[in-house]
Amino acid sequence: MKLIYFAWVRERIGVAEEDIDLPAEVKTAGDLLHWLRKRGDGYAEALQDPKVIRVAVNQEHVAHGEPIGGAREIALFPPMTGG
Amino acid sequence: MSGACVIRVLVQAEPYDISAEIEAAKAAGGHVGAIVTFSGVCRDESGRIAALELEHYPGMAEAEIGRIAAQAAERWPVTSLTAIHRHGKLKPGDDIVLVVAASAHRQAAFDAASFLMDFLKTSAPFWKKEHLADGTSGGWVEAKDGDDDTAARW
Repeated sequence: MKLIYFAWVRERIGVAEEDIDLPAEVKTAGDLLHWLRKRGDGYAEALQDPKVIRVAVNQEHVAHGEPIGGAREIALFPPMTGG
Repeated sequence: MSGACVIRVLVQAEPYDISAEIEAAKAAGGHVGAIVTFSGVCRDESGRIAALELEHYPGMAEAEIGRIAAQAAERWPVTSLTAIHRHGKLKPGDDIVLVVAASAHRQAAFDAASFLMDFLKTSAPFWKKEHLADGTSGGWVEAKDGDDDTAARW
């Protein structure tokens, strides 16, 4: 699974993207956030408040309860501040 | 109405020509009678800001703005919708974002432009980082709850 990070999520995790094999118990976007927090201090810091993290699957926004099985690309990022 | 609406979305580092975009909206034909433009410009926040760095999600940024524009074209009888959003390092006074909405009569163009900007702010994957006039980083701009409320009115 290709994971991509943006803005302060990217800075705190320390990489812009990575390929990770997800365990079977990670079924939803919310599961992914909780599982990633255990991967290290940077992840824990980036994802300490999961409810503020936005998730996109295959470049479309999804709610945290959405399944992520079969996704090509999952992006995690803070609330957007464009415009 | 969406079938008749020309949607154009660009995400680019380069500046854009607002006059040229207005002329392009007119070129759709003699039925175009109203063109509304919104220009978002980098502020200096009373001299505090030296530059804004705009990060974006390539691919999704264009796709998401395109989805919002398609919704606007379903709701209002617009003849064209253009959205151009810049990325990279921008200085106070630089253009950040342009929306051009064209229609036969003004209300559709006003509403479609406003809708497109409101949802662009809350849904298009862009993030602003401040560079301060004293040479330090001001950090990432925080999203405003008020922007979500503004988008919710639609």
